[in-house]
Order: sequence, then structure tokens, then C-alpha cells
Amino acid sequence: MSTSSEATGTLRKTALNPVHRQMGAKMVDFGGWDMPVEYPAGFGERPGGLIQEHLAVRTAVGLFDVSHMGDIGMEGPQGLEAVQHITMNDASRLAIGQAQYSAMLYPPGTFVDDVIVHHLDKNSYLLVINAGTREKDYNWARENARNFECQVEDAGDNFTQLAIQGPRAAELLQQLTDADLSQVKNYWFTYGTVCRLKETLIARTGYTGEDGFEIYIPSEEAVSRRVWFEVLEAGKGMGILPCGLGARNTLRLESKMALYGHEISDDITVWEAGLDRFCKLTPEKGTFIGRAALERQKAEGIPRTLVGLEMCGRGIARDGYKVLDKSGKDIGVVSSGSYAPFLKKNIALAFVPPAQSAVGGAVSVEIRGQSVEARIVPTPFYKRPKA
Amino acid sequence: MSYPTNLKYTKEHEWLNPETGEVGITHHAQESLGDIVFVELPKPGAEVAAGKSFGTVESVKAVSDLFAPVSGTVTAINDALATAPEKVNQDAHAAWMIKLKLKDPNEAAKLLSAADYEKFVAEEGA
Repeated sequence: MSTSSEATGTLRKTALNPVHRQMGAKMVDFGGWDMPVEYPAGFGERPGGLIQEHLAVRTAVGLFDVSHMGDIGMEGPQGLEAVQHITMNDASRLAIGQAQYSAMLYPPGTFVDDVIVHHLDKNSYLLVINAGTREKDYNWARENARNFECQVEDAGDNFTQLAIQGPRAAELLQQLTDADLSQVKNYWFTYGTVCRLKETLIARTGYTGEDGFEIYIPSEEAVSRRVWFEVLEAGKGMGILPCGLGARNTLRLESKMALYGHEISDDITVWEAGLDRFCKLTPEKGTFIGRAALERQKAEGIPRTLVGLEMCGRGIARDGYKVLDKSGKDIGVVSSGSYAPFLKKNIALAFVPPAQSAVGGAVSVEIRGQSVEARIVPTPFYKRPKA
Repeated sequence: MSYPTNLKYTKEHEWLNPETGEVGITHHAQESLGDIVFVELPKPGAEVAAGKSFGTVESVKAVSDLFAPVSGTVTAINDALATAPEKVNQDAHAAWMIKLKLKDPNEAAKLLSAADYEKFVAEEGA
């Protein structure tokens, strides 16, 4: 086996980059960003590393720097019309203070990116987008909103975005804010003072399958550092851990949340990705980029669909591995696969033909030349307990 | 980290106990990998060749080949690692993976000493 280190000269860095390094994080290039993948040293009494971080989020609380994600502001007299035109969910259903999971699509009904649309104010929307697709998304939004009376702004560098996730996230954040978090429902947001920063956007959103919040604070380095450590200190007694992209991925996988380039891409349609419920083909939604192609595909049928797999034999199914049917025929591919630290199983998401997608179905995954048995299981693999 | 002087080491971060024929990965290797969740080993009786892959060790994020430090025949594998792969993280130099009957006892002499390995690791990280 081999180990290596990488130069980071051309990678983008969040304001908290020096903090991650100071805390001994293992760093990785993620979509052109120098990001922490895990923090082996942990925090306080609690040791870290991917598995511990994952478990901290499932049982207590974890803190993530997700500032690498982008932010697009869309504001103007036709702000709603512009957002409706370029996204697939129905933004007209959003009250001020409400957010929704959505996506920007290409004309064939495939993904530019998935986004969370926030209705900030009358005629004003915030789209939070992925790190690896920031420029592409911003250019797409600006280009396709140009016929509407709407300003499109790239606000990504203005914010440090922190995700506080876990069953004790609300309890922790409440200690640090004057906003009444009990009034903020899932996928809603508010503004409040957080760690003495006024008018901080606090959204009850996340990418872990747990309750949690994402807060948007100024991207200035000293401010970001102060808030980061205040959150950690306040959570120390709860066993908080700083969490990296490693745990971020295993958490979202257990919760069957899509990752761009894996379950969604410019090559995969909304129906194939199983994101039907976030795509509104209603009269109220109106036309949007990709709608016509999606209506056609709905009528014609889809060639592949996303299923959950649980490995039965010994082996970990990983991204890109082939899925085979009982006779050994190649029927599909793993989009994401890993050991699942909370479930303590090896799980995967995979694209297979609809005819072979029934739950309970026996398939196998080709792992380094060997056929290892797997079973199609219901998803999400993990659902957080009802409060 | 002070590497046990009774073991010999390779640049691929494996160790060999020349007396017992036991083979494992080093502390540095387990640290780089992170939490180990899966170890794939050959069956007893299998032949391994020096420098060639004899199995894999997986962390949550990555799969790494295990390279045989010397040639030989596998006489035993550490079954405990099938159910508790984290033992490798807990004590890499105690968590042997396979036991070899060495084909050529002189091959072991060509491997790195603890001091040479420590130096190699320090330079690699620089």
C-alpha cells in the first residue's frame, strides 16, 4: 500500500482552512477545494475520525464547514418567475421563510445541479448549490434568467456556512442564539443573532438525515474562527465532533440523499434518479427548462432506476462497480457505495432496469473480479427516529 | 512512533516478523488509511510472491493493496480481522494478517530495519 501528500497551491480554500489544518484534519481536494475529510484528533475527550464523526451526528451533534457550497441570489420583480423557469420544484408554494429541495435541469430533463431554494423576501430568493458546480450553476442561472426582470448574484464567497447536525443540534444552537428554534420547522429558516452576529440566516436544513441547522455567517476569517470554536466549546459536553467530508458522505448515503456526479448528473433524468416528488408537472408550476423532456420520458418509460443495495456476501460495493443479475449478466452500476458506520452494513445505491428493481431482488456486485451477493432493499437505509 | 526493532519493514508500509513469518501493515499505514472496515486475505495454502499483492485492506473511503514483503506459502490467516478489522487501527504491529512459511529466509534480510523505516516515513511526509 502507499501513501502520498498533495500540493494545494491551486485549490480554493474556505475561511476556516487554517482552523481545519490546526485541528489536524486530513485534507482532500473536493471539487477544487482543499477540504477536511476527517479530523482524527477529535475534540475534547472524544476521539475523531470518520466513523466517530458519523456516530456523533447520529447520536449527539456534529459540526461541518460547508462554506465550499455556493449561493446564488435571485431578486427582482420577476424573481419568482425566473426561479420557476430554471428549477423543477414549485417555488410559488414557498412562504417567506420557507425552503425546498429542488434542481436546475437541462432541456433533456437531466441535472445541472440540485439546489435548496429559500424564499428570503418578496421577490427575493437564495439558491444554495454544490461546490463542484458553482461556476457552471451561476452561469446557467444568469443566462436563463436574462429574459426576466431579475438580478442574479453570485454570493458564494460572502458566507461561511456551518452545518450543525444531530439530535442535539437544536439544543446546542439554542444556547448560542436568541432566535426561538422551536418555531423553525424542518426546511424553514429564520434570522437571529448567533454568537453575537446579528441577522444571521439560520435554516433547518442539512445533508445528514438528522435534525439540524445550517447557519450563514460572514466569511471573514477571524469571525468564522470565533464562531467555529464557540460552537465546539458549547457542544463539548454533548460530545460534539468537527466532521469532514468523509462522514458527510456516509451520512447522506445512509439517508439516500443524492450526490452530484453519482445519483444525479447531466446524464441522469429526474425520474431515473427517483426525485419525482420534488418535480412538479402541475399547471401551477408552469413551464420550466426540462419539463417537456420529462413529460415525454414519463410517457415512454425510463431505462433505469435507482435502487438501494445491501451486501449479503463479504465485500464493499463501491462507486462504479458493476451490478449483475442472478445469471451473471451485467444489468447496472453502483452510483455510490460504502461501509455504513451507523448501520454497520455495506450499502450502495445503484442504477438498474426498472424490471429488475423490485425490493427483495437478488443481485450481485462485481468486486475486483469476484461476484458478491447483494439484495435490493428499501430506501432510505436509515430514517431518524420520530421525535 | 517508535517502530518495533524485531520486525522488518517495506516501503509499501508492511511489516514482517522474520521469526514467526507474520505479516501486517504498519502504524503509519493504518493512520493514513483511517478506520479500517474490511480486510481481504488469501486462503491458507496460497503462494505469495515478494512485491506482489496478496490481498486488500479497506478503509471507509479507500481500497489499498497489501504487498507481500517476501515470497512464501500462507500457513494461517488472522480470522479475528474478519469480524474486527479495527484491531489493525488499535495496534497495527500486533494485528498480524497472514503467517508465511518463507520461501527464502534470506529475503527478509533485504527489508528495512525499524530505523530505516522510520527515516523513510519521515522523509515521505516532508
